[in-house]
Amino acid sequence: METSLHAAATAAAFRETPAPFAGPAPGPAPLLNVSGLTKYYGDMLGCRDVTFALWPGEVMGIVGESGSGKSTLLGCLSGRMAPSSGQVAYESERFGVVDVHRAPEPVRRNLLRTEWGVVHQNPRDGLRLAVSAGGNIGERLMAVGARNYGTIRAEALRWLREVEIDATRIDHLPRTFSGGMQQRLQIAANLATGPRLLFMDEPTGGLDVSVQARLLDLLRNLVSRLGLSVVIVTHDLAVARLLAHRLMVMRRGKVVESGLTDQVLDDPQHPYTQLLVSSILHA
Amino acid sequence: MATMLSVRGLYKTFTLHTQHGAQIPVFHNLRFDAASGECVALAGASGAGKSSLLCCLYGNYRPQAGTIAVYHDGAHTDMVSAQPREILEIRRRTLGYVSQFLRVVPRVSAQDVVAEPLLALTGDREAARDKAAALLARLNIPRSLWSLPPATFSGGEQQRVNIARGFCVDYPVLLLDEPTASLDAANRAEVVRLIHEAKARGAAVVGIFHDEEVRDAVADRLFHLDAYKAAA
Ligand SMILES: Nc1ncnc2c1ncn2[C@@H]1O[C@H](COP(=O)(O)OP(=O)(O)OP(=O)(O)O)[C@@H](O)[C@H]1O
Ligand SMILES: Nc1ncnc2c1ncn2[C@@H]1O[C@H](COP(=O)(O)OP(=O)(O)OP(=O)(O)O)[C@@H](O)[C@H]1O
Ligand SMILES: [Mg+2]
Ligand SMILES: [Mg+2]
Repeated sequence: METSLHAAATAAAFRETPAPFAGPAPGPAPLLNVSGLTKYYGDMLGCRDVTFALWPGEVMGIVGESGSGKSTLLGCLSGRMAPSSGQVAYESERFGVVDVHRAPEPVRRNLLRTEWGVVHQNPRDGLRLAVSAGGNIGERLMAVGARNYGTIRAEALRWLREVEIDATRIDHLPRTFSGGMQQRLQIAANLATGPRLLFMDEPTGGLDVSVQARLLDLLRNLVSRLGLSVVIVTHDLAVARLLAHRLMVMRRGKVVESGLTDQVLDDPQHPYTQLLVSSILHA
Repeated sequence: MATMLSVRGLYKTFTLHTQHGAQIPVFHNLRFDAASGECVALAGASGAGKSSLLCCLYGNYRPQAGTIAVYHDGAHTDMVSAQPREILEIRRRTLGYVSQFLRVVPRVSAQDVVAEPLLALTGDREAARDKAAALLARLNIPRSLWSLPPATFSGGEQQRVNIARGFCVDYPVLLLDEPTASLDAANRAEVVRLIHEAKARGAAVVGIFHDEEVRDAVADRLFHLDAYKAAA
């Protein structure tokens, strides 16, 4: 099974079964409405004029070459980075429609703690290394008002089990965990508060292939079972095919092509997407 | 008989940008219907565009022009202009597709691969796994393989898992791309029975069958693609 992920990409002859998993149940209104999102770093382009809507239960993949603006876009979508122009409207359970970048800072912070989750490529950016595994989950829970020690610990244990981390590791520091375990812990901490929307930047990057396959399997199951909406950045098209319902292909800060995942990968229209797909197939 | 699929003015050409923009015209102005309870076999030489047409019908390939109306939820929806989430919803409930090859998903057992579409439809894990087991048994997949991911299965075994997956939900429209290509006589006969059952419950079946015996056994009529070949 070690190689099967990449075998899946390599053997992706055009007529294999597309979409190997369930699609989203159609919701009544989009969760995110993004229009004209643009970010410059000085006169350096980060991303430009990105417009799309994300519906409840949808998993949107963002693919493209290094430096194409994927992380920049994700940062702007999740309110952690201010765009130069454009708008992100989020349909919040608690606040109603939030204009993410014009909302007061406490609202953004609240969303990041409660209705949203952010999974960083490097688990060290998303975890507190000086706090135990259970504490990392517990802190998120306390931030949303949990106070009872017993309940918090029970929830932490439940989430460790969910991501296949042995219960005996609950009091250990994440520093003593492998990269794959740290990544699973980061996911558990994010999911513990029951977010509706997850932002992930290369969640399987830097992991070896068998660990990647396991993490992907886990993500696939959690996302479909919990009905999460996800925006996931990845440079790995096999990962995109497994997880994403839809794809946006970015190049030099702009979205050059978007659509249903299997359409974009099996019948790419834009020259850059064709290059991307063919170079992966021959990799 | 209700029209389940209705294709008008469909035009498909591939532009290979990695090869100096070479054009591969496949078909133009294609017109095609399939009704409830009938099986239409796509015919034409190798490269005529049979598989490409199925891919367009499934929303997997993007035609350059035309419409593909699928009867879904009491109305016709155009697959060509539908949003991704609408296409996924149509695939979930209305449109089944058995491809030539199984796409293996890491760590997922054969039984779960087969059960997945039904589970996604009903949410009933137990019932979906039971139906999957029944189909795997009908298609003679040894019970000892059911709990294993199909990555290591033989070509014929993978194909039978793929067929079982495609038949797990009673789709109103079924697209089949050479479902019997690598099967022995006994399994071919079983697939023919599955297709007959699908037709009997009112499914519209569109398929590619290179095996003439199978084609004669299941198809009500042929649809020739050669007439729609676009000039190069
Ligand atoms: N803080 C920053 N200051 C200045 N320029 C930046 C900053 N962050 C990113 N950039 C630039 O913006 C562009 C987009 O970067 P971004 O990190 O969004 O790319 P990416 O698509 O995520 O790439 P990768 O796949 O390598 O992570 C790059 O040219 C990058 O150098
Ligand atoms: N994804 C693709 N990208 C580029 N060209 C493609 C793609 N899929 C099919 N083609 C081309 O379209 C034409 C029709 O191919 P298609 O596979 O539809 O034929 P077919 O009738 O199914 O043939 P066969 O009987 O050999 O399976 C061929 O020239 C093929 O090379
Ligand atoms: Mg990045
Ligand atoms: Mg073919």
